[in-house]
Amino acid sequence: MNRKQRKVLVRLIVSIVLVAGLWITQECIPDCALYTNRWLTLALYLVPYLVIGYDILRKAWKGILRRQVFDENFLMAIATIGAIALEDYREGVAVMIFYQIGELFQSYAVGRSRKNISELMDIRPDYANLENENGEWEQVDPDEVAIGSMILVKPGEKVPIDGVVTEGRSFLNTSALTGESVPREVNVGDGIISGSINLNGLLKIRTTKEFGESTASKILELVENAGSKKSQSEQFISRFAKFYTPIVCCSALALAVIPPVVILLTMGGGNGLTTWTEWIMRALTFLVISCPCALVISIPLSFFAGIGGASREGVLVKGSNYLERLSQTKYVMFDKTGTMTQGVFEVKEVHAAEGITDISEDTLLEYAALAESYSTHPISKSLIAAYGKEIDQTRIRDVEEISGNGVLAKVDGVAVGCGNEKLMRRLNLPFAENTGVGTIVHVMIQNRYAGYILIADRLKETAGEAVAALKRAGMRETIMLTGDRKNVADSIAAELGIDKVYSELLPADKVSRVEEVLDRKQGKEIVAFVGDGINDAPVLSRADIGIAMGAMGSDAAIEAADIVLMDDDPLKIAKAIRISKKCIRIVYQNIYFAIGVKLLCLILGALGIANMWIAIFADVGVMVIAVLNAIRALRVKNL
Amino acid sequence: MKKTYKIEIDCANCANKMEEATKKTIGVKDATVNFMALKMTVEFEEGVEAQEVMKLVLKNCKKVEDDCEIYL
Repeated sequence: MNRKQRKVLVRLIVSIVLVAGLWITQECIPDCALYTNRWLTLALYLVPYLVIGYDILRKAWKGILRRQVFDENFLMAIATIGAIALEDYREGVAVMIFYQIGELFQSYAVGRSRKNISELMDIRPDYANLENENGEWEQVDPDEVAIGSMILVKPGEKVPIDGVVTEGRSFLNTSALTGESVPREVNVGDGIISGSINLNGLLKIRTTKEFGESTASKILELVENAGSKKSQSEQFISRFAKFYTPIVCCSALALAVIPPVVILLTMGGGNGLTTWTEWIMRALTFLVISCPCALVISIPLSFFAGIGGASREGVLVKGSNYLERLSQTKYVMFDKTGTMTQGVFEVKEVHAAEGITDISEDTLLEYAALAESYSTHPISKSLIAAYGKEIDQTRIRDVEEISGNGVLAKVDGVAVGCGNEKLMRRLNLPFAENTGVGTIVHVMIQNRYAGYILIADRLKETAGEAVAALKRAGMRETIMLTGDRKNVADSIAAELGIDKVYSELLPADKVSRVEEVLDRKQGKEIVAFVGDGINDAPVLSRADIGIAMGAMGSDAAIEAADIVLMDDDPLKIAKAIRISKKCIRIVYQNIYFAIGVKLLCLILGALGIANMWIAIFADVGVMVIAVLNAIRALRVKNL
Repeated sequence: MKKTYKIEIDCANCANKMEEATKKTIGVKDATVNFMALKMTVEFEEGVEAQEVMKLVLKNCKKVEDDCEIYL
């Protein structure tokens, strides 16, 4: 509790003790002189009233001066002063006390969950051990470390800045970033990401980024700004609150004036004063019930907790609007490479074409590797890896990349073409049809079809389970998009149980496939696209919701996507959807519960059935329940 | 130009009111108040002095909610 909260607590205790004392003595000795004199009793009850309510009264008064009359303070001040004026002293003071209890609870609960969530996201490093001119290690602010500096990370310390290990080996705990509890081993030459914790070895790291651009800073920025993109539910609540309070105040006024006037006019006679008191009391009860706090606080709190809980599981959500949309997802489209497969390609076979005798299979691979050596595509990398020797850049000239087809180049002055069937058709070369599962790179050397290289990618272990989990989470369709050949794509889709597959797509085709689904979806259904962030930024942004996976350390993916899965486990897609559904369920529970109870109590209050005590429950009780319910959104571990 | 400021505010409804008041301030293009993170992001119009605008913003916020603070 902070100082402000402690002060309110003390005031609460003092006023509760005072009221209890007054109440008991009044019940036990009703003939006491203190309670027979109306003014004396009033004065006595005013003491606890002012102790607990002075700040509310002051705020209400200031509100009136600023012409901001319709707020909670005003409602409370009017209701309690009204009750006291009608000689319901106990109720007047009690309403104020309970209102303050509610406020205190709310501010405590919000403060706690704020702290909880920032502790979860405790990846902000406090310092970096920087090497100074004398070769000594010095603790400095991570902001002061330039790119390319050498830093030291001791066991137990957080890695402050992204970099590459130059000395040492160790295990890293990345659970704060990915939710993955198995430590990751790093050796010399491995990239290392800020925010992870060094477990055992001493590591020397050469930084590759500034602190502000490092993964830990990016993630923190992202999570902290998540609340600035508001969901529809939140917007609904702010609009609701804006109209609601004035409407309720006017209805209360009408309730206080119209019925008694009508009754006195039509019935005539009777006791005018009691009729007025009766209806004014009802109007005041009405005011107390009407306070919108339960909604106004619990909805943003639910989203905040949901986003916080998700980030602990390695699912970063960029705004509550995305969490809301994710929960309505019915179509999940994903990329094959890097999403369902490991994206690590290996050369499986090298085949020289029939009738080619002058080119050995090793030469075939050598030419292909050289021609592709400028490309960063995973396929090219696998060719280079299989070649295994140093690439002599001077042997390669005139490299021309044909998007979605392949590469043309001159190696040692010899024309070489590497690519898929489309490239061969383009070059008007006959090629061997192949049915092997994997990616085929056809090779042209000196305008002859020289052979092909079979490259295969491995499925991720959890890929099948991930698709099944998506189905269980209520997805209507799972769709795989890939640039790969039809037979490869179909066999993978069949193995994983994917509903639909589009193969042999160019990057632009992926966008149009997504648009096609966007066109045929109904109403509020949402189309999500999951990719690894490489080459699919346009698709990520075109889909209703873009999910990038395995994005740890990839700025482009973090930038383009709405939701970022920190590790590359496809099971997390369904998990993210389950988290969002739980959060939205809680949001709706709170909306229906709070509005429902309030409406019911408002009607009962207007009819004179609900008294001030029920009104207090409808206000404070509902708020407490809604806040406690909202905090549940934080618990997503076993979802 | 966008800037983020730390704020101090007690209730969610007040945060909404602060947001409204900030949006209405001259020189402010758009604003969001994040009650949970106690942060406020203000997007300024072209060519205005952020510092000056924020003084106005603070004044307007104080008008609707006495109990708020913006750390400029």
